[in-house]
Amino acid sequence: MIGSTAPEPRSPHPASEGPVVRAVDLAAGYGAITIWKSATFDVHRGEFIAVLGPNGAGKSTLLRLLLGLLRPQSGTLEVLGQPPRRGNPAIGYVPQARTIDPEIAFRGIDLVRLGLDGHRWGFASPLRPRDSQRRLVDQAIEAVDASSYADRKLGQMSGGERQRLLLAQALVGDPELLLLDEPLANLDLRNQSEMAELVAEVARSRNLSVVLVAHDLNPLSRVVDRVCYVAGGSVVIGPPDEIVTTEVLSRLYGAPVEVLFDSRGRRFVVGIDEELAHPHPEISHGTHGRRH
Amino acid sequence: MTLATAHMIAQLNPTSFSWNLASDIRQILSYQFELHAFEAGGIVSVVSGIVGYFVVLRRSAFAAHALSHVGFAGAAGAAVLSVNPIWGLLVFCLGGAAVMGALGQRLRERDTVIGIVLAFMLGLGVLFIALYSGYSTEAYSILFGQIEGVSSGDVLLTLGVGVFTVLLIGAMYRPLLFASVDADVAEARRVPVGFLAIAFMVTLALAVAIAVQVVGVLLIFSLLVTPAAIADLVTRRPGRAMVVAVVIALACTWIGLVIGWYFPYPDSFFITSIAFAGYVVTRLAVRGVARRAARRARLDRQ
Repeated sequence: MIGSTAPEPRSPHPASEGPVVRAVDLAAGYGAITIWKSATFDVHRGEFIAVLGPNGAGKSTLLRLLLGLLRPQSGTLEVLGQPPRRGNPAIGYVPQARTIDPEIAFRGIDLVRLGLDGHRWGFASPLRPRDSQRRLVDQAIEAVDASSYADRKLGQMSGGERQRLLLAQALVGDPELLLLDEPLANLDLRNQSEMAELVAEVARSRNLSVVLVAHDLNPLSRVVDRVCYVAGGSVVIGPPDEIVTTEVLSRLYGAPVEVLFDSRGRRFVVGIDEELAHPHPEISHGTHGRRH
Repeated sequence: MTLATAHMIAQLNPTSFSWNLASDIRQILSYQFELHAFEAGGIVSVVSGIVGYFVVLRRSAFAAHALSHVGFAGAAGAAVLSVNPIWGLLVFCLGGAAVMGALGQRLRERDTVIGIVLAFMLGLGVLFIALYSGYSTEAYSILFGQIEGVSSGDVLLTLGVGVFTVLLIGAMYRPLLFASVDADVAEARRVPVGFLAIAFMVTLALAVAIAVQVVGVLLIFSLLVTPAAIADLVTRRPGRAMVVAVVIALACTWIGLVIGWYFPYPDSFFITSIAFAGYVVTRLAVRGVARRAARRARLDRQ
């Protein structure tokens, strides 16, 4: 990292050998139902990956596997060289925004603080506030440019502001891998690209890998390295130009899908009907699931 | 000393109000039963302020309400068996908390389960009251509180339960905050969200059981919700909010008891009225401050 002047709490993570995430012939599902299978991919250090695909195809399931909240049905999955485990401090996680009560009377700064010590029993001594912890919280809030409103209640913030503080909470523990579940949902177009740029910038300055679930590739097109497409019971990964194409997506969905470009180079996937957007178990078990 | 004699003494020896508050209060506290009321009320207020913060944060007011009705059945059952009502309160509240915590993990499910338990427990309470020959006075004191009937043994038990409750909250403070605010991330960070839901229910049950002595089943919110709601209006910091809620609950209880001394009306009426007035006044004041700040900001911009 040459010329990095970002106020980092610790030095960027060393470029250790081996990928941050390694999946080999991975299958995911709940109970007897398989959602997708035969997924083989790596996530490299510092890489920004967008996870795309229709609703219900298993995008969030991929995050749950990485978080250790769900066990793989088969295959192997490693996070930083080890099987996924709940509470891995090397992972920063931002869930879908709607899981937080929007009216909650809780300050943004206290939310960020929970990312640092919320999992510890007991309480922090009110008599001896630790400066080092406060500094980490402040740095995380500065990193997402939220200092001016972090002490407001979450209920008094816009969706974009709340999303930034959730990102700060994920960053405060100094993770190596960021998992973001639809951080762009419910944001307007300008906020979407701002948020995408912010995540990319933070990831760059801290040498983080990012796995970001999204609905639309366009706000991310300038920042993603590779795209992970989850659809029709399988998972393919590669550069956007190779994955988000009429041929690959049609094969993945097992139905004719067309990728169109507008005059500014934005991609639009058309021709996905409801049936495929909410795959039935038999489609998930499907015979058309292809390995990349 | 029984309730009836306590009240008789209070009516026969009305120490008159003298504007010398210190000597007035000293005089009031020279009566054993009133001293016990101040002690038990104080303990309950501290517990209610702290637990109440989480009741408001977790939106568990309905659970608190239901637990108090479960306690009603317990207290009435204890009366039937000629056992001290506080034991019935404790046993039933804890049992109810375990059932509600275990059956209803998700919010929507939780409300349904709580409603079902609540209805059954009220029915049980009605049966116990009918079985009990002392009928109306006992029912009245369970429903609306009868703090002047608290014995020194009750005060000790209340103290024990109160200290235990505060210790429980202290032990699970940070993960409980995390799970209350942001359950998804908390779960990913290995916080035992489901266990904490049950543990909080149990803590709430203990707080409710001792608070019923002071304000009764029907007025439980005045201590478990109102002070924390007022605190929520004036501060945004969790720790500070708990301190404010405790101070407000203490003020409501003790001022209510002092006023109640001079009037032949139930103390719980005064306690709940002060709490209510405090909420209304605070709300109007906070809105006034916000409006003035907005006007100033507008002027600054011009």
